[in-house]
Amino acid sequence: MSIDILMPALSPTMEEGTLAKWHVKQGDMVKSGDVIAEIETDKATMEVEAVDEGVVQEILVAEGTEGVKVNAPIARLSGDDAAVTIAPAPKSETKLDAGSGSAPAPSAARVATPTSDSKPDGRQRIFASPLARRIAEQKGLDLASLSGSGPHGRIVRADVEAARPGQLGAPVAAPGSPAQVASNAGVEQRRVQSLEQQGIPAGSYDLIPLDGMRKTVARRMTESFRDIPHFPLSIDLEIDALLAARTKINALLATSGGKISVNDMVIKAAAVALMQVPQANASYTPEGIAMHHHADIAMAVAVPGGLITPIIRSADTKGLAAIAAEAKDLAERARTKRLKPEEFQGGTFSISNLGMFGIKSFASIVNEPQGAILSVGVGEKRPVVRGSELAIATVMSVTLTCDHRVVDGATGARFLAAFKLLIEDPITMII
Amino acid sequence: MSDSFDVVIVGSGPGGYVTAIRAAQLGMKVAIVERELLGGICLNWGCIPTKALLKSGELYEQLDHLDDYGLAVEKRSFDFKKVVERSRKVSAQLNAGVTFLMKKHKIEVVMGVARLEKGQGAPSVVVGSRLLSAKNVIIATGARARTLPGLGLEPDGDRVWTYREALVPKSAPKTLIVIGSGAIGIEFASFFRALGAEVTVLETLPRILPVEDEEVSKAAQKAFEKRGLKFRVAANVKKLTKTKLGVAVEIEDGGRTEVLEAEVAIVAVGIVGNVEDLGLEALGVKIERTHIVTDKNGATGVPGLYAIGDVAGPPWLAHKASHEGVHCIEFIAGLTSINIESPIPGCTYSTPQIASVGLTEQQAREKGREPKVGRFPFRVNGKAIAAGETEGFVKTIFDGKTGALIGAHMIGAEVTEMIQGFALAMTLEATEADLHATVFPHPTMSEAMHEASLDAYGMVLHV
Repeated sequence: MSIDILMPALSPTMEEGTLAKWHVKQGDMVKSGDVIAEIETDKATMEVEAVDEGVVQEILVAEGTEGVKVNAPIARLSGDDAAVTIAPAPKSETKLDAGSGSAPAPSAARVATPTSDSKPDGRQRIFASPLARRIAEQKGLDLASLSGSGPHGRIVRADVEAARPGQLGAPVAAPGSPAQVASNAGVEQRRVQSLEQQGIPAGSYDLIPLDGMRKTVARRMTESFRDIPHFPLSIDLEIDALLAARTKINALLATSGGKISVNDMVIKAAAVALMQVPQANASYTPEGIAMHHHADIAMAVAVPGGLITPIIRSADTKGLAAIAAEAKDLAERARTKRLKPEEFQGGTFSISNLGMFGIKSFASIVNEPQGAILSVGVGEKRPVVRGSELAIATVMSVTLTCDHRVVDGATGARFLAAFKLLIEDPITMII
Repeated sequence: MSDSFDVVIVGSGPGGYVTAIRAAQLGMKVAIVERELLGGICLNWGCIPTKALLKSGELYEQLDHLDDYGLAVEKRSFDFKKVVERSRKVSAQLNAGVTFLMKKHKIEVVMGVARLEKGQGAPSVVVGSRLLSAKNVIIATGARARTLPGLGLEPDGDRVWTYREALVPKSAPKTLIVIGSGAIGIEFASFFRALGAEVTVLETLPRILPVEDEEVSKAAQKAFEKRGLKFRVAANVKKLTKTKLGVAVEIEDGGRTEVLEAEVAIVAVGIVGNVEDLGLEALGVKIERTHIVTDKNGATGVPGLYAIGDVAGPPWLAHKASHEGVHCIEFIAGLTSINIESPIPGCTYSTPQIASVGLTEQQAREKGREPKVGRFPFRVNGKAIAAGETEGFVKTIFDGKTGALIGAHMIGAEVTEMIQGFALAMTLEATEADLHATVFPHPTMSEAMHEASLDAYGMVLHV
């Protein structure tokens, strides 16, 4: 009896991933708990452990294959009774055509498909109601491009009716007609003309394939910028007192080896300010405004090939040293792609800091479903006017981008006022 | 005894008690408040005891047709007191069943009248001297018969009845006027007719069972008239007065005034929601025409306060209340809940029975669904002929564009037991192709469901 090893879902929203590395080869004996492969998603790399014991009969998906759908078989293990004899490889049709990222297979969100539901051609069964199938056929919709809201992720009438023509995964109309794919489901599909058609000849550039992270960043940012009514609010903060406090704190921490950064203090101040102005710590949902109980601060970390936002949970309840230690650990593991899904999913408020690059001010894109994101610029000496005198102070500009559906102008302004007080008089953070 | 709960449910009808069980399954600490009997109207004064009476009536009436089956009986008779007693016993048995279920799920039953007060977060529930605090409160107080005292349409416990008095009469009336031809009016008319009463049913609208498909209304009236029931449709009741012998009902029919007399009148002119004396106004709960206004999750807009079932609006059916209640509590628990949009079937347990789900043909046309309509009469169904139950038909309505089943209407023997097949098909979003592909067992009356589906596409086999 052989057992199929399926592509695991590393997070509830994961639909596909890259099979980065095999740790076993055909004929290897594995037992439960052995690391057999590494899977890379848009956000993280994770090791896959064997659940069953047996001999690797066949590797179905080659190392380095991208776009492997969740629950697709990736290897076959001979079970107990056949542990020694390696059965002949099954017909090649049973292999998933994993190389093609656009292969019409359902997403993990809507099927937890046992292998027995795989059709002989290797395509997985799509669960959809008869009416949904009928309407999809009439509208020329590809069911594989939709996700289902019915029981067990079944695609139902409402899902198909809600699918806008723009979401056509595979429009049936006029194959071969020029520029027919005016789809905006994913950013990569929005491009109507090729670069060549736009006057950039092939061969004049290198094409880097889109990895999972790039696709996710592109999709989420496009959706957020397009669909969320957003606006920026900017304010200047004098941080001389903050810098002095930081020096003092670090001197105290020196013996224990700890160290806090300006960014850690910004995280703490933002968390405290969110508790003071809870309306800014909120999410818009169709059912109502979700008022979050804690400030879970997501901090944008640049990583090779993109960015990721690990989260400092309940930052409002944590001390500066704890925040500093956690931020350092999360950032390090983010750069080596070793974050667990629960460490970068969720969050009630985001902070993006480009001060280290000398950026004076910028406005980030709202990180849905959070109500606002704070963009932090460089702290630099600038002339300031005190009374009627010109003076020098270290000034840092910050910009709050707000989701206007939940954070109105006055709410954002009240948050920034509270934040300014905390930053300019850092002792108030510990009250 | 701690008086703080995860959820307090006010009313223990099929909405309230089912919600309580589901809440307990979800690990919540639950209290349910009841002012009279566990199980509410449904199983004490509604769905269940009427079914018991109707069964007695049906059996008795069938004795009239024994000869058709080659049987004979010396002399038929009934003991009305026993008929009523049986109905009460059935209710008592189910009431004890609900008591057991509450105990089994460790749901605290608080007997008394509930009143809501502003609390911290959700409102608090005051019952007698107890103050129950809860994270969530669900109102499931149901509804009661609508009365029109201005026209004399209110129960007097003697000659003018609502469903409540009609369930426990001292004797069966010889003559009866039923005002209102909805499911409740028709069921009582059917029952008392079965026991031999002269029954006249009055309806303001131009046809009886006005919520049913027009064809079904017409067929029902014909079938009832064959049993000796009389109907006055498009007849406005102007006044009910009591006479020496019983009641006199003045009606206006096409400009002419007429007076009908009978021993007893049953008032079945709709229901009103039980929204009074709960303290809802003070909490700012929105009430429209005696019903609490809610969103699809049962939320009233007052934090932590929900309403489900009859009190939250139509259709006024026990199974709708249970469905809403389960959805509501699962929503509160943060679960992805059952589909609140599932179609809700309706049943009338007269002889013949009537059952339907989804749109009527007329509604389908009004909504521009270009319906494909199929029909199949029981008179050519083998099992129906063998059983001597050839009255009635099945009618199916499909969306002309997509082939989705959007309505089904049935009249005939035991159709109330068959309608769930169409409800299931609609819930699963079946199209004509799926109904055509389904194998119905032979010989059953359900084959008519298959045939009606085939007929809508010109593929009927046995006509």
